Amino acid sequence: MATRLPPVDVVLVGFGWTASILGQELTDAGLHVLALERGAFRDTVPDFATTRIQDELRYAVRNELFEEPERETLTFRNSSDQTALPMRHLGSFKPASGAGGAGVHWNGQNWRFLPTDFLQRSHIEQRYGKGFIPADMTIQDWGVTYDDLEPFYDKFEYLCGISGQAGNINGAIQPGGNPFEGPRKRGFPLPPLKRSYGTVLFDKAAKEVGYKPFPCPAANTSKPYRNIYGAQMGQCTFCGYCEWFGCGNYSKSSPQTTVFPVLLRKDNFELRTHADVTRVLRDASGRRATGVLYVDAQGREFEQPADLVILTAFAQHNVHLLLLSGIGKPYDPKTGQGVVGRNYAYQITSSVDVFVNDIVNPFMGAGALGQAIDEFNGDNFDHGPEKFIGGGYVALWTTGGRPILQHHLPKDAPKWGSGWKKAMADNYLRTVSIATHGSVMSYRDAYLDLDPTYRDVYGSPLIRLTFDFHDNEHRMSKFLTDKAALIAKAMKPRAMHVNQREGHYTIVPYQTTHNTGGAIMGTDPRTSVVNRYLQSWDVPNLFVVGSCAFPQNAGYNPTGTVGALTYWAAHAIRTQYLKKPGPLMSA
Amino acid sequence: MAVLNRNHDRCNEMNFIPARRRLLKAALAPSAATIVPVRFVSNASASVAEPGQYAYFTPVEFTWVEAAVSRLIPNDDLGPGAKEAGVATFIDRQLSGPYGRAETWYMQGPWKKGTKEQGYQLKLTPAQLYRTGITDVDAWCSKNGKRPFAELDAAEQDKLLHDLEQGDVELARAPAKDFFAMLLQNTIEGFLADPMYGGNRDFAGWKLIGFPGPRYNYVAEIDQYGKRYAMAPVGLLGRDGTRVKDT
Repeated sequence: MATRLPPVDVVLVGFGWTASILGQELTDAGLHVLALERGAFRDTVPDFATTRIQDELRYAVRNELFEEPERETLTFRNSSDQTALPMRHLGSFKPASGAGGAGVHWNGQNWRFLPTDFLQRSHIEQRYGKGFIPADMTIQDWGVTYDDLEPFYDKFEYLCGISGQAGNINGAIQPGGNPFEGPRKRGFPLPPLKRSYGTVLFDKAAKEVGYKPFPCPAANTSKPYRNIYGAQMGQCTFCGYCEWFGCGNYSKSSPQTTVFPVLLRKDNFELRTHADVTRVLRDASGRRATGVLYVDAQGREFEQPADLVILTAFAQHNVHLLLLSGIGKPYDPKTGQGVVGRNYAYQITSSVDVFVNDIVNPFMGAGALGQAIDEFNGDNFDHGPEKFIGGGYVALWTTGGRPILQHHLPKDAPKWGSGWKKAMADNYLRTVSIATHGSVMSYRDAYLDLDPTYRDVYGSPLIRLTFDFHDNEHRMSKFLTDKAALIAKAMKPRAMHVNQREGHYTIVPYQTTHNTGGAIMGTDPRTSVVNRYLQSWDVPNLFVVGSCAFPQNAGYNPTGTVGALTYWAAHAIRTQYLKKPGPLMSA
Repeated sequence: MAVLNRNHDRCNEMNFIPARRRLLKAALAPSAATIVPVRFVSNASASVAEPGQYAYFTPVEFTWVEAAVSRLIPNDDLGPGAKEAGVATFIDRQLSGPYGRAETWYMQGPWKKGTKEQGYQLKLTPAQLYRTGITDVDAWCSKNGKRPFAELDAAEQDKLLHDLEQGDVELARAPAKDFFAMLLQNTIEGFLADPMYGGNRDFAGWKLIGFPGPRYNYVAEIDQYGKRYAMAPVGLLGRDGTRVKDT
């Protein structure tokens, strides 16, 4: 029997980026906010101290900061005629556990999506005709526009202290920036990071091929920075331990560096860690959330009443909670009816390893220290002759040179023995890698539902992922990879190695933690779980925030858009919902 | 505001000492988080004169793994190999801890083979896969009229490792390809991980490739394009990586 606790105004389920922002914004509005986090508390000191955190084995290989499949995982299959099996250890993606969520261990590659990305269906239909979209592709418009989100992108960038070079300010193209980006009202808060040698080589080669390279927007600080809440950050030292690690230098934007210093001091904010939410509770009408049920580290069950419930867990975990709680109609791929679990998407990546002549010291880097081209992202080019939808950026990142996972060898190098040793000695200091980062559209047969067989640590069904890459994505990725290879060739390398993504999607090895969809946003309750303010159509005092709201995935890292959507939802709650609690859009 | 905080550590192989030595460790190191380097433990335990030198492996298993890692990363003109770098010790300690026990892995049935896209679906933990695989390989050697793996000459060991890698050897219980893949992965890990975990002794792996270790600050060097970084490797424990002198 669950113990009923005193009510709060707002309960946040999960305590990563989205919850930290909502916690800060809603406590500012005077509300009593409680965050329930399934993992441990973690902060810059002592958890990420530089004398501890620069440990590739512990963090990047043994997955210290991530969720434990033993407690929570998913089952996976490529298609619905297969039997899904559990992801037994982390592979293709690595959701976090613990305070700060994945905001602790990201690289800091912080992008805005393109204006046309938010009009995915209507824009494609208008430019190329309705017949251009394959019948099984279930892409749709977001219900928000780039212009709606621009102020909130801006706010997230000034929260983080993004280092970068603007490419478009109020429609005026800026030299050295990304000329394809949507117009921004002002430049980035910090100038670009110093360039690594690899990014200089890429820049030169990309220009030779005829492209317009620019420094990638980085949530790694090029200078000391004081953010919008007064939190102080220090200059990045290029230690090369961003992704899979916490930053010990207050240089990578994270909830810890940008929000915690202010939020955790507030009297009207409370955080409970090791509090694993298992259900959203509703009243007899089913139309009102009354709170959540959670289990603490001792296995005790608590009922936490709240006026407003906001799901702020990782993408598929939000969807899992909706399904377990029976909120919204589960998606049925046979009929195409139902919404919860619909339009799961991912991203498709590839790379070209470039073996250069000079020493490039790969270990000097930062998670978002990169140079990119954006000619082939979104609808920045004519898709007519290519006959596919989507795109992505091509970038050379110098995130670090951690030896176990970040060494690259030529195709013909032996996998072991003296030949392997020689290849390691010859290549480690003289290799860079060009990455492509491609969009994935949504499809009728890519979805999340509850697994009929496998159970989590509480005995509840695991979430089941049914997903594969489609022909559209393979052709788009091949197109991007060919462009990457053109740039690689212009670098006049000793050798190069093209890693084209081929065949079925596979749950190993690691690809990207850019899982999206399943609780998508929109303007029609028949095709979306939440409205344009991320408010549940079925339960108006429930909001569902995160990349689960993306109707399909764009060709950029998602965090910038997750941050913007969170500020957008927070603004709607503060300015509309609190004044008149109820549906913000009519169905 | 209130924060409930609990310690969180799932990579404690670094600190692992077999049960019978815990008393010794407790006497020497009052804090549970204190690192006891493997050499120190080895030296100390020698005087205790007890059988069992390893955290997980039997002496036969340890010899087997030393033989295998010597072929995967040999001692040659370019410098020390995996054996000299302590990789067998590294693997022994890894298998004795949470990784060896698959402590964070989802290990509930039903168990099915699955497609290759569905990843690892063996019921065996890493520690069990080693124990089973080593026994199976030696049984295969015996069945085929060969000496145990560790006693084969280098060319024969290479041939057998290659056949395991390709899945061309049918072992009794352990899938050959999975066993080989884990062995190779752990060998590379041990050769290139921070020396405090027992491998990469004297920075053998990092010196080979030119990685200076967690140096932390490259603000002054990052734009010195094409120039070799001059500083010698350090580990998280300092310049000798294990905080103990060579004997």
